[in-house]
Amino acid sequence: MSLATTTDETPQRRAIPRWAGALAILTLLLAAALTALCVGRFQIAPLKAIAILLSRVAPLSADWSVMDERIILLVRAPRVLLAALCGAGLAAGGAALQGVFRNPLVAPQILGVSPGAAFGGALAISLGLDGFALIGAAFGFGAFALLLVGCLARVEGRSDTVMLVLTGVVIGALFAALVSLLQFVADPNSSLPAIIFWLMGSFSAATWARVGVAAPGVLIGMATLWLLRFRIDVLSLGEEEARALGLPVERDRWLVFAAVALIEGAAVAVAGVVGWVGLVVPHAARLLVGADQRALLPVSAALGAAYLLLVDSLARSVTAAEIPLGVITALMGAPAFAALLRQTRRKELGA
Amino acid sequence: MIGLDKAGVRRGPRWIFSDVSFRLETGRILAVLGPNGRGKTTLIKALAGLVPLSAGRRIAPPVIGYVSQSIGADIPYRALDVVVMGRALGLGLFGAPGATDYRAAHAALELVGARDFAERPFDRLSGGERQIVLLARALATGSPALVLDEPASALDLANQDRLLRVLKDVKRQGRHAILFSTHLPQHALSVSDEALLMLSASEHAIGPTTTALNEGDLTRLYGLAVRRVTLDLDGSAPIDTVVPLFAGAAP
Repeated sequence: MSLATTTDETPQRRAIPRWAGALAILTLLLAAALTALCVGRFQIAPLKAIAILLSRVAPLSADWSVMDERIILLVRAPRVLLAALCGAGLAAGGAALQGVFRNPLVAPQILGVSPGAAFGGALAISLGLDGFALIGAAFGFGAFALLLVGCLARVEGRSDTVMLVLTGVVIGALFAALVSLLQFVADPNSSLPAIIFWLMGSFSAATWARVGVAAPGVLIGMATLWLLRFRIDVLSLGEEEARALGLPVERDRWLVFAAVALIEGAAVAVAGVVGWVGLVVPHAARLLVGADQRALLPVSAALGAAYLLLVDSLARSVTAAEIPLGVITALMGAPAFAALLRQTRRKELGA
Repeated sequence: MIGLDKAGVRRGPRWIFSDVSFRLETGRILAVLGPNGRGKTTLIKALAGLVPLSAGRRIAPPVIGYVSQSIGADIPYRALDVVVMGRALGLGLFGAPGATDYRAAHAALELVGARDFAERPFDRLSGGERQIVLLARALATGSPALVLDEPASALDLANQDRLLRVLKDVKRQGRHAILFSTHLPQHALSVSDEALLMLSASEHAIGPTTTALNEGDLTRLYGLAVRRVTLDLDGSAPIDTVVPLFAGAAP
């Protein structure tokens, strides 16, 4: 009954210490970023790339061409940042949603945000809009889809998780049909290919301006999720238990959804629809550090960033033409997910 | 303090229970008895604020240490982390538990005698162990009221005894009003000060345990002959027991 005995914490069955794990993941992330910075049609040596980046903050004698510098600073650097931001955001959003829904098959697109955003973007393209108008339309329709899901799932003042998932699927199907309709009526010579390539996802149009557009949404969303980390853990106990502990479950849940929608909307707006990241990466992270959001969120974010950086490097180095991101994430994601599912199941059954 | 004032819950035209009034001071235990389907769980949920009252009033602190009948979600968190979640309300929207909260969680586990479970994954604990850990979480909320829905339902005799001892220990500290429901009148006789018998949706008997659990009311409550027997044990005070005459008693 005294507090004296509370100090003998039995050591966790963690094989590697926390700092070493964090260091390993950080190294992986940096290596992925450096790879993404160097590979492509125009290869640049890693040391040279680092020197070019450092030359912006430290006085370094330039032993590289203007071309090298332009490629690194104007093309690759914003692209690396954008890919890292989107990967981190999508994975963290997926981790948070899987906690709130108590369902490991949930990903950011489940709430209808990404089909909504896809429709917004496609609409903008078919109207001949580009740049920030496209981003705005994608983001706006993503938020609108979430709002629709929220209103439809609310019955007698409450919305439970099953109802939300089902409504998300319905709204997603609706917007997917609208996207098909747009493709059907689009000009096959100009806007149709533009819509299709945009939907398949790419960072090829990355510029510093686009980083500036996506960064606030993704960063604010991720910061909100991080602040809510413990709340998400409590929500994952289930509605009744969380309510019994005195929490306003409905409001907290919508805060999480809003944060995820912000991330997803911003990511789709600048990169098109990049699926699977928010589904697969949190699973891998959970295998590494467990389900506790306090560890899961940062690890998911770091792994997501590294994953999307490597995918983007592959996209622009495997073939002469860039392969769409969505294709690679799905090609890699589907088998990886199947393997992870089996691994998780085996872990559950064993021990 | 916790209580109900002329409270009732209605589902459609049917009253699950109505006109229930009681007040339970800190340092006291109230046992709720009634047959299946008489509304014990609804009463407890209403008291915990999880089911809205259709009539009457609920007297309760902002958060209640509530332990549901189910044995908790299948979550892979450490038992200690499950207990520390009891602190969620006090931590605010953006808060995360710190050293003080973990100390409180450890103290709660210590109090229920589950210190050894702290580092074990919650989903690897047995039903009885989970029940004990969830009781620790209820204590960790810091609420002066504990409301337990059939806390002994999943437990074998030894663990029932352990739970009742824990309730006695908590009561002895004098900081909690404790309400629990049970199917075994013996539980009420061994630890509770008062008992509430849900005789029908609108008729309730409440009073000191020894008088409330009389043969007449128990027999009526369960529709089965029930006898009160006093056992004389060597070297200690006589013990009151309740014996239900199952299947007509004699073989």
